Amino acid sequence: MPVPFSYSLRNLAVRKLTTALTVGGMALVVFVFSTVLMLEAGLRSTLVGTGSYDNALVTRRGSGAEVQSAVDRVQAGIIETQPEVMLDAQSQRLVSKEVVVLISLRKRGSDRPANVVIRGIGPQGMALRPQVQLVDGRMFRPGSSEIIAGRSIGERFAGAGLGETLRFGMRDWTVVGHFDAGRSGFDSEIWGDTNQLMQAFRRTMYSSVLLRLSDARAFDAFKRRVEGDPRLTVEAKRESVFYAEQSEALARFIRILGLTLSIIFSTGAVIGAMITMYAAVANRTAEIGTLRAIGFRSGSILWAFLLEALLIGAIGGALGLALASLMQFVSFSTMNFQTFAELAFSFKLTPAIAVQAMLFAVVMGLLGGLLPALRAARLKVVDALRAA
Amino acid sequence: MTVIVEARHLSKSYRRGEQLVPVLTDINLDIAEGEFLALMGPSGSGKSTLLNLIAGIDRPSAGSLRVQGLDIAALSESALAAWRAAAVGFIFQFYNLLPVLTAFENVELPLLLTPLTRRERREHVELALAMVGLADRAHHYPSELSGGQQQRVAIARAIITDPAILVADEPTGDLDRVSAADVLSLMNRLNTDLGKTIIMVTHDQRAARAARRIVHLDKGVLSDSDVEVETAVSH
Amino acid sequence: MYALKLILRNALRHKLRTALTMLGIVIAVLAFGLLQTVVDAWYAGANAASDKRLITRNAISLVFPLPISYRDRLRQIDGIKSVSFANWFGGVYINERNFFPQFAVDPQTYFALYPEYKIAPEQLKAFLRDRRGCVVGRKLANLYGWKLGDVIPLRGTIYTGNWEFVVRAIYDGRDTSTDTAIFFFQWDYLNEAINRMYPRRANSVGVFVLQIDEADRAAEIARKVDATFKNSLAETLTETEKAFQLGFVSMTEAIVLAIRIVSFLVIFIIMAVMANTMAMSTRERLSEYATLKAIGFRPGFLLLLIFGESLIIALIAGTVGCLLTFPVARTFVAHTGTLFHVFNVSSQTILMQLGAAFVIGTVAAVVPSLRAARQGIAEGLRAIG
Repeated sequence: MPVPFSYSLRNLAVRKLTTALTVGGMALVVFVFSTVLMLEAGLRSTLVGTGSYDNALVTRRGSGAEVQSAVDRVQAGIIETQPEVMLDAQSQRLVSKEVVVLISLRKRGSDRPANVVIRGIGPQGMALRPQVQLVDGRMFRPGSSEIIAGRSIGERFAGAGLGETLRFGMRDWTVVGHFDAGRSGFDSEIWGDTNQLMQAFRRTMYSSVLLRLSDARAFDAFKRRVEGDPRLTVEAKRESVFYAEQSEALARFIRILGLTLSIIFSTGAVIGAMITMYAAVANRTAEIGTLRAIGFRSGSILWAFLLEALLIGAIGGALGLALASLMQFVSFSTMNFQTFAELAFSFKLTPAIAVQAMLFAVVMGLLGGLLPALRAARLKVVDALRAA
Repeated sequence: MTVIVEARHLSKSYRRGEQLVPVLTDINLDIAEGEFLALMGPSGSGKSTLLNLIAGIDRPSAGSLRVQGLDIAALSESALAAWRAAAVGFIFQFYNLLPVLTAFENVELPLLLTPLTRRERREHVELALAMVGLADRAHHYPSELSGGQQQRVAIARAIITDPAILVADEPTGDLDRVSAADVLSLMNRLNTDLGKTIIMVTHDQRAARAARRIVHLDKGVLSDSDVEVETAVSH
Repeated sequence: MYALKLILRNALRHKLRTALTMLGIVIAVLAFGLLQTVVDAWYAGANAASDKRLITRNAISLVFPLPISYRDRLRQIDGIKSVSFANWFGGVYINERNFFPQFAVDPQTYFALYPEYKIAPEQLKAFLRDRRGCVVGRKLANLYGWKLGDVIPLRGTIYTGNWEFVVRAIYDGRDTSTDTAIFFFQWDYLNEAINRMYPRRANSVGVFVLQIDEADRAAEIARKVDATFKNSLAETLTETEKAFQLGFVSMTEAIVLAIRIVSFLVIFIIMAVMANTMAMSTRERLSEYATLKAIGFRPGFLLLLIFGESLIIALIAGTVGCLLTFPVARTFVAHTGTLFHVFNVSSQTILMQLGAAFVIGTVAAVVPSLRAARQGIAEGLRAIG
């Protein structure tokens, strides 16, 4: 017959300060653990959302980021006319030949520099990216020195607000609109007319070619053809896959750093739980003897104390998770190691993370409570009662 | 006979939530120097509270309390602490020895509040331990001593500063018959041979017989019967 | 002295509890120290910067090059002693995990500008003679087992293709803060190849490195340089080397801030644990504290006992944590490959660790000691553990 659940629960309530401190330590560890996983999830979701599965992105073979890539006009022309490219309602090819560079902008307030992506898009650039919507102002006029900026860039960087101007390539560029890219990497970019930008930057080659496949399944055939063509030195990836890969290094860094820290911190929380549970056992030795004398088995005693520890873990876990969920209101921006460009993302709480965090918390409670609970279970009835 | 403790209209109440619970009501008591007094009464009668007031570890709600002519209720906390160090010796039911100190070190504790040198302190402690018959156990820890021995160490600690009064709260409450008898006979000797004033709270009849005078408390009020007891020493 | 005796014996009363608490503090102080060292490592480049060097780059961003023809005009600017240049190569050695910086530099001038890279004279001569030669840092050589004469293949990403270089020199750092994980090769070799493959991109450099003779004139000279090239094809931005390096740090400042915050969080976690330990110990001894007060000891004495016990535990454990930081840091950096080029535990970090231990010990004792001091003697005597 097990010891009633309320026994474990009430004992936690009796020593309020001790329980609060132990739970508090656990909560902080779970907070760190959850926040790190949330940051990684936020990063991945930002970059995954950045591309479409139906789009193919073509860059120079072996180049890595778009900033390092170069596709000359001849090659771009060949890619453009591939049969898998979709035609829109006006029988225009859904292709955007783009140039991607970084410009150094100063953050508002702190005046510190960051590298921001400037992307020159072709006339189909917006159509190819349905997740991007203009939310303020208007689209830039092709052939002009007008640019539009992701809303987050407009807020955070001097010169990128609506109506403000940036100066580069010996020209002034006016921001005429802001766009929302649905929390994807494009939110951290500035867009303009590709020909105008190429002139300003004295570039003769594009950085990449983006196109929509008329049939998403045709990608493999497309890839084989362009990569096998002796006139082309390119590689093709699905747009979503390309950007997902761009987050690999940073995501892995966040994950490894975060998990390492969480494990180190968890030892502190486990130690805290152990100290608390050992004291609980010591203080209630007579009680344990009494329970045994009444007829409860040592297994029930073990379970009762273990349950207390698991409850501490669970409560701490819930508290830490609740605190971590508040981080969703915080946005995070840093340079992406692989692209050298500023990238804004946020903390994303997924059900999987919530489950992992609670499991982590409960395991910490288990580890902290196991040895003390064993000690409690192993007490000889006679000795326990004598201690009264 | 000089009166060493003079209580007039002494009252004490505790606040429990909204209510004021009276524990002692209008106590008037004189204790003479060299007396061995037992305070008796059923549980909840306030006898321990009265003892605490006399010992200066609690403050009265009303009334006056003079020990050695000093109005102790009027003293500040730190003056009261200094007074206790010099004038009061404590004997508790559960001995209240510090478990991390040896018998010697426990007895030495009150002397740390005096300007005595280390050597002088040692002389005093050895004397006190000899007086209670535990000179050979000086360097044992309380966990290595029996209940009776621990209480005797506590008594040594209580007398080490040669205080004006010894207060004992159920000194035999946790002891078996033989140890209790030893402790009581020791206390008796302190009273008759050294003239120590002892005020003892007890509900043990045997212990009360060791005292010279018994005073009864019931529901915070002293009863009129004041019994003089014939000394009946050593069982 | 008596107090010390009491403190020590009280601390040893529950050996397991004290041991666990100390273990927790050791881990926390260690983690704190490591994280602070990680933050320091982030700033290593900025800290190693010389105040007599300026970096000139394209005003738009580092992605854009500067024409090499600027060199002659730069040399003529008053205050500039010598000019060198470098291009970021960004190649891949075997796979993306082996990341280390690679620069194509002007061999004649670059190493004179960077005396902290110590190269044996005969090795430098060998490098200058071999167009395909490269100079590698000691840390890289040790990590990958490179020796003089080895051929190192790099896959270019900015300058695509397969490149090969021959190790002609291995440099050591002059100070412990010098980065010895950099790979240098000859700019001429790179330029020749670019001329063949993409002629339009030839004859351009990534940054110019300028040596000035007076550090106080840095801002003035920087302004002069930028004014010289204003309204040309490639406008420049010139700043001190330190500002240049700090620019990189600030790009990832969110991460640095997060690490700093987390390092303090670990202190809070262990503070909760230690506060719990002290609270429990104090509660168990309430009747003893009441006895001391009854005997006549002042509340101040109790504070001394409790704070003393807490601080001794915290400071001893903290010291152990500080001492362990050095070997753990060495192991840590050995396992992170080229992620941290410089990883030194600074004395400031050690001080902060000890300070953290002190704070832990102090804060943990506050509530328990106030409780013990304020408690009425009578109720304390009644208290049962």
